[in-house]
Amino acid sequence: MRRRGGFALRRSPGHAALCWGGFGISASSRHAQTTDPSVLAGKLARGDRARKLTALSLIAPLFLLLVCVFGVPILAVLYYSVDNPLVSRILPQTTAAMAEWDGQALPGEAAFEAFAADAKHAYKAKTIARAALRLNYEIAGFRSMTMKAARRIKRLTGPSIKEDLIALDKRWGDIAYWRAIKDASASYTPRYLLAAVDLKMTWDQGLVQAEENRRIYLAYLTETFWISAVVVFLCVVIGYPIAYLIATSKPANQRILFILILIPFWTSLLVRTAAWVVLLQNQGMINGFLIWLGITDQPFEMIFNRFGVYVAMVHILLPFMVLPLYSVMKSISTDYMRAAASLGARPFSAFLSIYLPQTIPGLGAGCLLVFVISLGFYITPALVGGRSDQMVASLIAEFALGTANWGMAAALAVVVLVCVAAIYPIYHRFAGGDRMNLN
Amino acid sequence: MSLKGTLGKLTAAAVMAATVSIGVAEAREFTIASWGGEYQKGQRDIFFAPYAKSKGMKFLEDTYLGGWAQFQAMQETKNIPWDVVQVETAEMARGCEEGLFLQLDWSKIGPKANYVPGAATECGVGVVIVSVVIAYNDTLIGADKPKTLEDFFNVKKWPGKRGLRDDPKHKLEFALMADGVPVGDVYKVLSTPAGVDRAFAKLDEVKSSLQFWKAGAQAPEWLASGDVVMSTAYNGRVSSAQKSGRNLKMVWDRNTVYLDSWVILKGSPHVEAAYGYMKYYSDPKLQAEYSMNVLPYGPSVMDAVQHIPAKVTETLPAGKNVEGAFVTGSAEGIAFWIDNLDALTERWNAWKGQ
Repeated sequence: MRRRGGFALRRSPGHAALCWGGFGISASSRHAQTTDPSVLAGKLARGDRARKLTALSLIAPLFLLLVCVFGVPILAVLYYSVDNPLVSRILPQTTAAMAEWDGQALPGEAAFEAFAADAKHAYKAKTIARAALRLNYEIAGFRSMTMKAARRIKRLTGPSIKEDLIALDKRWGDIAYWRAIKDASASYTPRYLLAAVDLKMTWDQGLVQAEENRRIYLAYLTETFWISAVVVFLCVVIGYPIAYLIATSKPANQRILFILILIPFWTSLLVRTAAWVVLLQNQGMINGFLIWLGITDQPFEMIFNRFGVYVAMVHILLPFMVLPLYSVMKSISTDYMRAAASLGARPFSAFLSIYLPQTIPGLGAGCLLVFVISLGFYITPALVGGRSDQMVASLIAEFALGTANWGMAAALAVVVLVCVAAIYPIYHRFAGGDRMNLN
Repeated sequence: MSLKGTLGKLTAAAVMAATVSIGVAEAREFTIASWGGEYQKGQRDIFFAPYAKSKGMKFLEDTYLGGWAQFQAMQETKNIPWDVVQVETAEMARGCEEGLFLQLDWSKIGPKANYVPGAATECGVGVVIVSVVIAYNDTLIGADKPKTLEDFFNVKKWPGKRGLRDDPKHKLEFALMADGVPVGDVYKVLSTPAGVDRAFAKLDEVKSSLQFWKAGAQAPEWLASGDVVMSTAYNGRVSSAQKSGRNLKMVWDRNTVYLDSWVILKGSPHVEAAYGYMKYYSDPKLQAEYSMNVLPYGPSVMDAVQHIPAKVTETLPAGKNVEGAFVTGSAEGIAFWIDNLDALTERWNAWKGQ
């Protein structure tokens, strides 16, 4: 509430008056009607300003914190998804020489000479490898081709650098590679964002789908959203009765139930995931028990598949559903249900038309929390999932930490962010964001 | 430019802050980064602390998590928080090419001929040899034991799940060798599109039985619990499981050999200490002690094996276990993977999900 008030205050004073209650324009205008307007209005305005400044300075640290921990990283991610500095910085003469090139025929001698000059300089400065790796994103194999050229460039004597380079590797005579240089030398590029949704820009056909065996990102995204949705559904099915039980128990029992919910919540995610491995594996406790009972003689496959992912994720995320639900349910008076019953409603219809609507804010908050946290899971699916149960966050982590392809990591993050942003209004409409209770 | 510069710095700083103390490049002590855990603790006892003591200096330690992110952050911020770091071959080659690591003056370290092949390079001094072997649970496998690489793909004789690391790198080579490609020709075949298809086709034969691991500890656990019938695994992990009473066995046929290297970061304020450290680390007796008493990885200097009993050498990636092995980190192997990693990782992920 405070955070919203803070932002509203900056945007429109009128709205701030609503949010911040007694002090604001509504207060000053009420007094202004009864005394000399000009003097009092001035005093009040000063008082208002002072109060607003106090209010602002009170929220300033929080606001700054939000800017630092949310604003800047998100902006950085958006920026990195289109930022493309390497080639134009490391191969400046080539970039300039190809600025006017239309990409219809192999570039002339001038472009080759510019490339040779750039490559010679960048090889000495040891920067060529970074540009070469960037070019390799466009066409696999371009990196070693560039490195080979850069190593030999000093020994190419001419008269035609163009002929020399093509003699060194005939791919230098292939227009596709020069188009790739042109694409890669722009300061900003849509390639990462397009690649994150399995598209690519080509010179001949415009926007097309990526090659079939490299078309993975949409599949991963769909899978990620599907897994998250199922986890939300399961959390509702399991969490709702639990929250109801806690909210309607005696205080002493409530405490015990809360501890049961919170202890796993405080346990490390890795420990809980590992515990599921011990329980669910083929020779694990559950299978051992089932075999001992004689229910089965072959162990059930309960882990390293989708089932294992759901079990572990629901276990980890259940508190995020139960806690908001509980906080709403505890404030619902039991009188409503009794009143409904006394008016002749059956328990089920009383629940549907009286109880459930009052829990929607908590349900909405729980669903949103669980869904958004689910989207970012990757350690758990990696440890308990099978080969087709990996989520998009694992790809982001690999790009960010492993190969350090930050453009691709940022682009995937942006796509996930956009999807969440697109879902939010739908959710808001359904759950009524104003009534949402995140406490 | 200013927005770009600021964002770049902020992001890079965030990455750095996670692992590194910032802004003390000039004042800080000699700093060694290694892989953490039991591994680094053993290094501290046998190498770091005695070396620092012999020189009468202090030292700091840090953990390197693998991958390129930490080095990219150093490139962007020009902040060099470490003096020496233990890296894998791919990162060593990349850092050497991009000028992040110092080109070594070997006269300050020792004759290159003392090292196992591939361990003395332009920018790196070999640390240790790690092998990925095929491991199985001797109690559960039955009377017939797997002996060769081909047996990993024989689902008729040994039905059941197989553990494989979730990563195309060196798995395609593994598949090609099982498909009859000689060790020396692997990259000749793999660098053609038909060769890549052939590798995936070979993996298709066992695809429905594959269970992918990410953390090195998973493979021996799965073997011990019987969730998989065989798995590729780091030899050190298998040995640790054996020590804790698991009846696991290793197949050394054409195992995949990895070599880690020490590199010096360019811009380090302690270059001389770093050279001294590399020389100290190349002591055969100390390396033998590490292999015998800490973790069963292979030494990077030839003479170390003479200080290890033959019985122990049989369980290490050393001696005849690495003869005929598939050695990663050849120039053609590194070049192949830098060129094709992105494309093949995408294809691997697509293949996996199909």
